[in-house]
Amino acid sequence: MNIQAAESANPLLPPVGEIIIGTITFAIAFFVLAKFVWPRFEQVFRARREAIEGGIERAESMQAEAKAALEQYRAQLAEARTEAAQIRDQARAEGQQILEELRAQAQEESTRIIARGEEQLAASRQQVVNQLRGEIGALAVDLAGRVVGESLEDQARRSGTVDRFLDQLDGMAAGASPDGRGGATGSSVYVPQGDR
Amino acid sequence: MTSSAHALADVLAAEGGGGEGGFQSPTIAEFYPPAVAEFSLLGVDFEITRITIIMWIATAAILALLVLAARKASVVPGKLQYLGESGYSLVRDGMARDVIGPKGLPFAPFLASLFFFILANNFMSIFPFAQISPNSRFAIPLLLAVIVWVLYNYVGIREQGAKRYFKDAAIPPGVPIGALILVTPIELLQVFVIRPFTLAVRLFANMFAGHMLLVVFSLGAVYLLGAGGIMPVFGAASFLMALVMTFFELLVIVLQAYVFVVLTATYLNGAVEPAH
Repeated sequence: MNIQAAESANPLLPPVGEIIIGTITFAIAFFVLAKFVWPRFEQVFRARREAIEGGIERAESMQAEAKAALEQYRAQLAEARTEAAQIRDQARAEGQQILEELRAQAQEESTRIIARGEEQLAASRQQVVNQLRGEIGALAVDLAGRVVGESLEDQARRSGTVDRFLDQLDGMAAGASPDGRGGATGSSVYVPQGDR
Repeated sequence: MTSSAHALADVLAAEGGGGEGGFQSPTIAEFYPPAVAEFSLLGVDFEITRITIIMWIATAAILALLVLAARKASVVPGKLQYLGESGYSLVRDGMARDVIGPKGLPFAPFLASLFFFILANNFMSIFPFAQISPNSRFAIPLLLAVIVWVLYNYVGIREQGAKRYFKDAAIPPGVPIGALILVTPIELLQVFVIRPFTLAVRLFANMFAGHMLLVVFSLGAVYLLGAGGIMPVFGAASFLMALVMTFFELLVIVLQAYVFVVLTATYLNGAVEPAH
């Protein structure tokens, strides 16, 4: 033991040489640590933070992408639905139109058929009437001649009595039942109605 | 203290270091081991002692460990890297960022170096075969405190301007004029003298007393175990106490390193931010 040193020393009065040695030691330690150790740690911290932030960012971007895709699909689906509804509506409208057209066509056809039938009927009636008129006249004159006992044919032809009479009958029939359905026997001939 | 040491040294010399001549309590001579080498340079005497060598070994060891931890540093840390990172983060986030504030990060390397240097040197007080901390020599805590003192005054002048910094130190804002007679001397003394002095003494005294305590219990145990009668029982108790004190010392080692750096950060905070 260096008793002499202990004796003379005050522990709160350090030797200058020791302070210098200590300062150099600390300076070396600080230099080495600040140059080789702490920057490496800082670098690692930064890398770690970036890795974490990068991961979060990546996940976020992926999520956004998925969301966008979902939105797109939804939009497409909605579009398709609208389109389908449109097509359906159009088809329905078209069907309606076709139906209308067919109906109109059928109506027209039926009207045409009816009109032709009426025409034919009227024509045949006229024919029958004309024929009957002739025959009835001849028959009446013939019968009257037989009843009277002489031939009235020439005279009747001359005076046109029969025709006048028949015309009178026609006039009467028309006056009694204008609709042609009345009980008047003079005109029991079928008269087609316009609404049939 | 010195006189009692003197008296004890006399006794010791008289007894010739013999074991049977009663208990020799440890003296301050503990902290003055013989020089291994001595030289003089530019009028300054340099003395390389056992404690100087312990300081070099401790410093070299902590540097080697940290360089090894940082050399293959990766995003996924190994055990050693994790340990080094934890220590660095403690200082960087807990002190540089949280105590000094937003301008604190540039000080993290200095504070972390200070922390690990003190920690390693403190640890020598319980490290087998070294068992004395270089910080129980006043020179080391003192030089560290002086570096801190220079740094925070420099930073204060740089950040706030010399006029503002010294004015704020002498006349703290918000103090009534009358009180300044009392406050100004106290404040000036505190910032420029007491702070570095307490910083150095706190660390030094803790390591000094810790070492003394351990030596007393250890030597006591050895002496009592060798003594006759019932004494070995007390020797065992003393030995146990030395063990307990070693763990207590471990606490002090970490705590004092932490306190030194936290206080440094607090002083730097005062220098970086103008007084409120």
